[in-house]
Amino acid sequence: MTARSDPRPDAAAPAGSLDGLLAAKEIVIACGPGGVGKTTTAAAAAAMAVCQQGGRVLVLTVDPARRLADALGLSGIGNQERRIDDEVFRQAGAVPRGELWAAMLDTKESWDALVRRHAPDERTRDHILANPLYRNISARFVQSHDYIAMERLYEIHSRGAFDLIVVDTPPSRNALDFLDAPQRMADFFSSRLLRWLIAPYRSRLLNMASKPFYQVADRILGTQFLADIAEFFILFQSMYDGFVERAGAVARLLSDRRTTFLVVSTLEAAPMREAEFFARELVERRLHLGAIVLNKVLPAYFGDPSAIRVAQAMRDGSADAAGSLPVDPAQAARVVREVADSFLNFSVVARREQEQRAELSSAPEVLAAVPFFDEDIFDMAGLLRLAALL
Amino acid sequence: VTVPAAADRPPGAGGGPDPPHLLDLSLVFITGKGGVGKTTVAAALAQLAAAGGKRVLVCEVDAKGDLASLFEAAPTGFAARVVAPGIFAMSMDTEASLREYLKLHLRIPVAGRIGPLARAFDFVATAAPGVREILTVGKLCYEVREGHYDLVVVDAPATGHIVGHLSAPQAINDLVKVGLIRTQTDWMLEILSDPGRTGLVAVTTPEEMPVAETLELAGRIQRETTVRLSAVVVNRVLPELFGRREEEVFEALRDPDAEAILSAAVGGDVRPVMEGARLAVTMRRTRAAHLDRLRSGLDPSVPLLLLPYLFTRTHGLRTTRQVAASLGEELGA
Repeated sequence: MTARSDPRPDAAAPAGSLDGLLAAKEIVIACGPGGVGKTTTAAAAAAMAVCQQGGRVLVLTVDPARRLADALGLSGIGNQERRIDDEVFRQAGAVPRGELWAAMLDTKESWDALVRRHAPDERTRDHILANPLYRNISARFVQSHDYIAMERLYEIHSRGAFDLIVVDTPPSRNALDFLDAPQRMADFFSSRLLRWLIAPYRSRLLNMASKPFYQVADRILGTQFLADIAEFFILFQSMYDGFVERAGAVARLLSDRRTTFLVVSTLEAAPMREAEFFARELVERRLHLGAIVLNKVLPAYFGDPSAIRVAQAMRDGSADAAGSLPVDPAQAARVVREVADSFLNFSVVARREQEQRAELSSAPEVLAAVPFFDEDIFDMAGLLRLAALL
Repeated sequence: VTVPAAADRPPGAGGGPDPPHLLDLSLVFITGKGGVGKTTVAAALAQLAAAGGKRVLVCEVDAKGDLASLFEAAPTGFAARVVAPGIFAMSMDTEASLREYLKLHLRIPVAGRIGPLARAFDFVATAAPGVREILTVGKLCYEVREGHYDLVVVDAPATGHIVGHLSAPQAINDLVKVGLIRTQTDWMLEILSDPGRTGLVAVTTPEEMPVAETLELAGRIQRETTVRLSAVVVNRVLPELFGRREEEVFEALRDPDAEAILSAAVGGDVRPVMEGARLAVTMRRTRAAHLDRLRSGLDPSVPLLLLPYLFTRTHGLRTTRQVAASLGEELGA
């Protein structure tokens, strides 16, 4: 990769803004609980970087909303990175300074590519690809998404084709899973227990009945299944060195100072708890907590004391207030009361959000709050509108 | 009435007549995209059933501790504990489930030997997809088979993982041809495939991604599992502020002159309040469109249960009861 200051003339944007953060880093990992707008935030950050700083920016995404994918011309793309047409920016009234690329994570395809790369010979490769356990793992094994996401990130980054990579992390049980995934995978393949488990198969001494563990395992699982497991691991062990080396490299990349994390959340109680935990954990692991983005925050006026007083006055005196209006007084009174009630309802939620926000103990470089949008974000114009607020 | 061929039916229909009433089932899995409130719905369903005199077990599968907080109870463990009258709660722990299974079925006696075995199993479970899932689903089916409770409510894994759980017995059946596991999966499948006993509830919100995910889930459940989609719960439905005539009045009041008159009458600037109402109306409208999309994409025999957005300060027993009451109304209970 060439010096990255060249294509991005504004790389000296001030610290303390998301813009500045994007200019200073090569990898931005968007993470956080499910359902908070992680994918959209990642896409908006990437679009913003293209418009503000330029360069080649890739957004590596997992599962964008179909309408957004359609609008960006991403439908049906797989693992391969694809450039988003400049026309998409122009239609949204923006001028891209650089190139926006996108890729979607296809777990099955990525696993196959991994096997092809690490397998010592063709025969092993074909055997792994045909093993029923492997097919199950690559297609359905939930934790493998986490590993594959990090593996893909490493692979793309080491090619050096992009100035900035924004990663939208896969939904998982625990927002931290993807951080641990590479190490877990390495531990798994290097474990003594695993070697012990497959030892009788490796030495072709299938005299398992003599060992209590195999006796039990055989009773539970059946011989064929055990044999499938053993074959799978024996084959996979041939790729062991490649895996462990990779896992180490991925871990180093995540803690590199060119990498930053963007924790996305809403101000609801459960997501906030998770986001807070995640932010603390990042700091503890000496990873860079670049920003916390709070999505779908209610507009500030819902918490404004004088507006609340006005709403109370409207609710209590709706009939009087409506009397002076140039419309049917009875109807106007009903509407005024509804308007006031609705406002006071949302004020309760806004106050709850305000408290959540005040309790936020982590200190990222950037803290951004994005208001509730009237409409869903489903095109480039929407992304840029979101980016402007970040 | 002719029943259309399976291929012609929209996703969600498990076949046969209308699904049985939710409260008549013995095992209900509650799933949904992260953040839509599936734990709240699970707690509310348990509350509703218990209020009707049932003995209920509610199980949190991805233990995050949210379930206990909805009953304002201490954190739950693998051993079920009373958290409210008639409601027992537990959190799933696959290793504990394995230990229980070994004790009950294999009569493996020595605790000392279970340690390394459990570790080994953990290992196999990490590698062999479906093993962890079968221990989860197995424990739940076991509680149903033994009849310890009238109803088992499962705060199940999120949409992305639920199919893996519910299809685990079938997947294991395909992988494992003989052995004890094989005989075990047979009776589990029998419970899971019985629409009179087992059902799945998908929780969603009237927003784009949750609705898209729910429709996709409905299709996958039908294709890849033997479990029936019993209901879709739409959470956080915003109230309708105005009828059409009132909306015209509202638009008239948004006129700057009218706003000035109103401001003078109440002694303060009404514009933020009016703007707040406009936002509420727009949000409601956007969400109504998603709700329509959900309705038209689902099999009409799958009931759609709407729960209102709660404008409350905190979540606890009070909100759990509120949600249970709304759910009860929707179910006609």
